[in-house]
Amino acid sequence: MTPADVVPIPYTWVLALSAVLFAIGAVGVLLRRNAIAIFLSLEIMLNSANLAFAAFAYRFAAGHATAAAALDGQIFIFFVIAVAAAEAAVGLALFIALHRLKDSIDVDRANILRW
Amino acid sequence: MIFAVLAVVPRNPMTNVLSLVVLFFAMAAIFAVLGMDFLAAIQVIVYSGAILVLFLFVIMLLNIRKVEAFGSGRGWQAFIGTLVTAGIGAMILVIAGLLFPEQGAVLPGVADTGTALPIGKALLSTHLFAFEFITLLLVAAIVGAVYLGRREER
Amino acid sequence: MWAEVAVVGVKLAFVLVVMLTTVPIMVWVERRGSALIQDRLGPNRVGPFGLLQPVIDVVKLLTKENIRPEGVHTFLYLLAPAIAIAISLSTFIAVPFARDSGLTVFGRPVDGFIVAPNLNIGVLYIFAIASLAVYSVVLAGWASNNKYSLYGGIRASAQAISYEMAMTIAVVGVLMSAGSLHLQQIVDAQTGTWLGALPRWNVFPQFLGAITFTVAVFAETNRLPFDLPEAEAELVAGYHTEYSSMGFAAFYMSEYLHMIVAASLITVLFFGGWNLPWIDIPFDGWAGALLSMGVFAVKVAFFMWFFVWVRWTLPRFRYDQLMALGWKVMIPLATLNFLWVGVGMALGYF
Repeated sequence: MTPADVVPIPYTWVLALSAVLFAIGAVGVLLRRNAIAIFLSLEIMLNSANLAFAAFAYRFAAGHATAAAALDGQIFIFFVIAVAAAEAAVGLALFIALHRLKDSIDVDRANILRW
Repeated sequence: MIFAVLAVVPRNPMTNVLSLVVLFFAMAAIFAVLGMDFLAAIQVIVYSGAILVLFLFVIMLLNIRKVEAFGSGRGWQAFIGTLVTAGIGAMILVIAGLLFPEQGAVLPGVADTGTALPIGKALLSTHLFAFEFITLLLVAAIVGAVYLGRREER
Repeated sequence: MWAEVAVVGVKLAFVLVVMLTTVPIMVWVERRGSALIQDRLGPNRVGPFGLLQPVIDVVKLLTKENIRPEGVHTFLYLLAPAIAIAISLSTFIAVPFARDSGLTVFGRPVDGFIVAPNLNIGVLYIFAIASLAVYSVVLAGWASNNKYSLYGGIRASAQAISYEMAMTIAVVGVLMSAGSLHLQQIVDAQTGTWLGALPRWNVFPQFLGAITFTVAVFAETNRLPFDLPEAEAELVAGYHTEYSSMGFAAFYMSEYLHMIVAASLITVLFFGGWNLPWIDIPFDGWAGALLSMGVFAVKVAFFMWFFVWVRWTLPRFRYDQLMALGWKVMIPLATLNFLWVGVGMALGYF
C-alpha cells in the first residue's frame, strides 16, 4: 500500500473490535469444557490483544524519537504471534497426552490427575 | 465478530476451527488496511496456515465429533462469568474512549514502515535480544511438543 | 478512481483468461506427452492430434451424475473444491508477466501486467495463500465419510506443510540477493550478465536453492514423484475419492492451476522471469511488453513440460521416504543454500 492509498481510519473502532473480541474469547474460555474449544477461545483473546497493539501502533506511528521506535508495536505483534505458535504446539501435545490418559478431553474430568 | 461468536458457540469442533480461520484472515485484512502488510502476511501464514492446521490435525486424530453444548454443566457459573466478562469488555472500551478522546481519523506516519525491510532492520538491531530469545523459545517448544506427544514404548 | 478499477479489471481478465485456457492445453500436453514418453500414441481420435480431447473431457465431466455419498458433511464437502480453485487462482496476482515498459491503459500505468503492483510483500503473499491450500485437501478428506479419503487428506496436508518449510528457506537466498520481496524487483535484479558470458539468473549462483525449491514445489502441488495423496494404485484416489463430476473437475483443475503457478514461480525466482538470456530487451512500449511476455510464456511452458516429463519418468515415493526426504534432506540443503548466499554476499560476489 503506497502512502497515497492509505485512507486514515478512526483507530478507536479497531480498539472497540479488539475489546469485543477479547470479551467473546474470555466467555469462551470460561464456559466451555472441551479443551480444544478453550484453546481456540484463548487464541481469540491473544489475537484481540494483537489487534489492540496494531491500533495503537497505527495511531502513534508519527511522533517518535527515532524511526525504528515507530515499529515497536508491530515488532511486538510479531513476537506475540511467535509465542502463540509455540504455546499452541505445546498445548496441543498436552491435549493428546491427556486424551491418551483419560480418553476424553473434558477438562472437568481432569480434576484428579494421578489416579 | 460474527465469526468470533461462531468460533466459540457451536458444538461441532470443525465449525469452530474454520470460523477461526476466517477470523484470522479478516484480522490480516485489518492489519493490511492499517498499512502493516508484512504482519498481515505473517498472520495468515503462521496462524491460519500453521496453527489452525495443527488444531485440525489434533481434532481429526482424536476423532472429536461433537463437543458438549455451550455453557452446559456450569449453571450459575455461566451467568456470573458472562456478566463479569461483559463488564471487563465494557470497561476496556470506556477507558480507551476516555484516554484517547480524538474520535476522528488521525493520519499516521505509517507510510513505508509496514513492509519487510524496516521491520527486518528493527528486528536485527534494536530487538536483537528478543529475536534470539524467541528462537530459543521455539526450539524449546518443538522439543517439548515432540516429547509430550510421543507414544510410550510398552 | 474508476480508471484504477478498470485497469485492475483488465489485468484480472487477462490473467484469468490465460490461466483458464492453459488448463485444457495442459491436459492435452499431459496425455500426449505421457504417450510420447511411454512409446505409445495418445488420444488422436478427437480432432487433429487429439487437440479437442480436453474439450470432450470437460463435456464428459459436466454431464456425469453428481453423486453425493451418504454421511458426508455437506458444507465442507462442497467447500473444499471451491477453496482449492479460489486459492490457486489467487496466487497469481503477484506474478510479473512482462517488463515495466511504461505502458498505459486508460491513462494509468500497467506495470508488467501484475494485477497488484503495489504489493510490496509479493513472495510472502504467495506463500501465505499457498499455505491455505492445505485446507482444501484436509477438508475434502475429512468431509468424505471414508477412511481412505481421510488418510489421503492427512498425508497430503502433512506433506504440504513439511515441504512448505523447505520451499520458504530455499527462497530466502533469492530474497537476500535481490533485496526485496516484490517479484518485479526480483526479476529486475536478474537482468544483465556476469562477465558478459553467463546470464545473471539466480539459478547459477544458487543452484542448490533452485533444486531444493523445484523439488519442494513438486511436493507442494502433489505431483509425482510425490503424489501419494492421490495415488491411483494405493488409496483408490486418495482425498478426492468421493467426488464425482464437478467436484472432481474442480480438484483436477486446481491441480493444474497450482502447477502453472509453480512453474511461473520457478521461472520468476530462479530463471530470470521475462529476461532474454544474453540480450537485454531494447524495446519499450507494447513491443517490449509483448516480447518479454513471450519470453516468460516460453520459460513457463518449458517448466510445465518438465513437470509432465518428471511425472511419467520417476516412480512414486513411499510416504515415509517422502517425509524423511522433506525433513532430513531438503531443509538442511535449503539452509546450506542460505548460508552459501550469505557468505557470497558478504564477500561481495553476488
